[in-house]
Amino acid sequence: MNIIALLNSLPGAAAQGLIWGVMAIGVYISYKILDFADLTVDGSFCTGGAVAAVLIASGMNPLLALVFALIAGMAAGLITGLLHTVFGIPGILSGILTQLALYSINMHIMHGKSNVTISRTQFDLLLTSASIGRALIVAGIAVLATVGILYWFFGTSLGATIRATGSNERMSRAQGINTNYTKVLGLVISNGFVGLAGGILAQYQGNSDINMGRGAIVIGLAAVIIGEVVLGRVSNFALRLGATVFGAVVYYAVLAFVLWLGLNSMDLKLFSAVTVAIFLAFPYLKGKYLKKKKTAVKEEQHASAQ
Amino acid sequence: MLQLNEIRKTFNAGTVNAKVALDGVTLTLNDGDFVTVIGGNGAGKSTMLNIVAGTYPVDSGTIRLDEEDITALPEYKRARLIGRVFQDPMTGTAADMWIEENLAIAARRGKRHGLGWAITQKERVAYREMLKSLDLGLEDRLSTKVGLLSGGQRQALTLLMATMNHPKLLLLDEHTAALDPKTAANVLALSDKFIEEGKLTALMVTHNMKDAIAHGNRLIMMNAGRIILDVSGEEKKALTVDALLETFAKASGTEFANDRALLA
Repeated sequence: MNIIALLNSLPGAAAQGLIWGVMAIGVYISYKILDFADLTVDGSFCTGGAVAAVLIASGMNPLLALVFALIAGMAAGLITGLLHTVFGIPGILSGILTQLALYSINMHIMHGKSNVTISRTQFDLLLTSASIGRALIVAGIAVLATVGILYWFFGTSLGATIRATGSNERMSRAQGINTNYTKVLGLVISNGFVGLAGGILAQYQGNSDINMGRGAIVIGLAAVIIGEVVLGRVSNFALRLGATVFGAVVYYAVLAFVLWLGLNSMDLKLFSAVTVAIFLAFPYLKGKYLKKKKTAVKEEQHASAQ
Repeated sequence: MLQLNEIRKTFNAGTVNAKVALDGVTLTLNDGDFVTVIGGNGAGKSTMLNIVAGTYPVDSGTIRLDEEDITALPEYKRARLIGRVFQDPMTGTAADMWIEENLAIAARRGKRHGLGWAITQKERVAYREMLKSLDLGLEDRLSTKVGLLSGGQRQALTLLMATMNHPKLLLLDEHTAALDPKTAANVLALSDKFIEEGKLTALMVTHNMKDAIAHGNRLIMMNAGRIILDVSGEEKKALTVDALLETFAKASGTEFANDRALLA
């Protein structure tokens, strides 16, 4: 085993982690703030990447292309939100329907091809995997901007209504909040950042691919959970978003590590799913075990008292 | 002024489980009326409150509040006019948010939520003063998550949130039923205080006949989706639990089958 090879792979893993961190923040908004497991992201991540790649290939400024990636992601979130609120389709199913539809739409965006290449020699990309130092800086700026904007937004009166909706829907309606509107708005914002992240990744890897978003929800959840486990439950909102990005970086570092250990890249998704399942199950099993222990102690005391 | 006119509501209509919850309820509350509502399980008390709040639509009938027909208005729009406290202390507040954030949301009830800060320094000072009136020490815990408060504290906070912008109507749905007797008495005393100070119009559902007699200026009894007794003023003051039970038996043709109310 060559330790140098591992060390060499880490900066790239960090850059990927930062980019996926932006997408994980999107998942944080839907999953943690809005309490909505939104599967749209698997599709909207690719939508953002496809829009950015196609626009750059047609000559658009790569920064401006990211704005359109953001808007495309928001549109995807809007569809899921409307399916759920206007048509009463359960949340998970709304996301799955949009995700499925987006496969066709993403193919159309990429003019029927499953892959659109944007060469770094041909276009002035914001970041590329060939120049990791610059990629780290650009991805870092994207993360800071995302955290900054969302820290501001969720501190506003409007942002507070989205948080209230996720925390207690009945209370929100009793307090005059149109919870259908706040849910749609939350999903729009969430998927906007997911699309943005897709656009950034497309530039980083020099192409957009129809499969680039597959499993994005799992990576996002992994980042959210790892961030919580590693940094604990910090109360500051900006730090919590930061912890999610940190979780994404850790996730990619771990992936680099297991690949270095010799895991077949074919098995990566299985590895990811199992890891996330364990982390999701952990708090539940812990609670169950502690409860059992507590009742056992109580029964013991009860028995000894008699 | 609240006017309910011939309100009917049937759950699971057209199935074997059809349940007539409200069977032509007509009721007028004058401004400043504080009405207590009693009745057995399934009498329609909570349904009546939920119908007024807009939790579910009516089958027929009209609801007017201050001359405005609100029958078709969605729940979140009625919140502009109506403050509510629920039976479950967990329902009325957002557990994941701070005390001051909950208050800020209540303060903007019925107003536009824009991109200004959710809470300003000036508001924070005002919230601290309001919390002092609860006498629970919450004024020093503005940035405590509401989920960390006890049921009684949360119910008192919900009461403050429901009354702070002087609603046209206050709905209290067995809001002390889940609390221990001492805490329940405190929350009831606070309810009296807020209703009196704000000159609010209120409907309070309770399972406790003594509370129903001791509070408010008017008492109504419900059975099988109808109002079977409506007393106010001196007549209400003279009521006793025994008299209420007798009235119930006479009007409904059955015994008042509710242990909680009998034992209270």
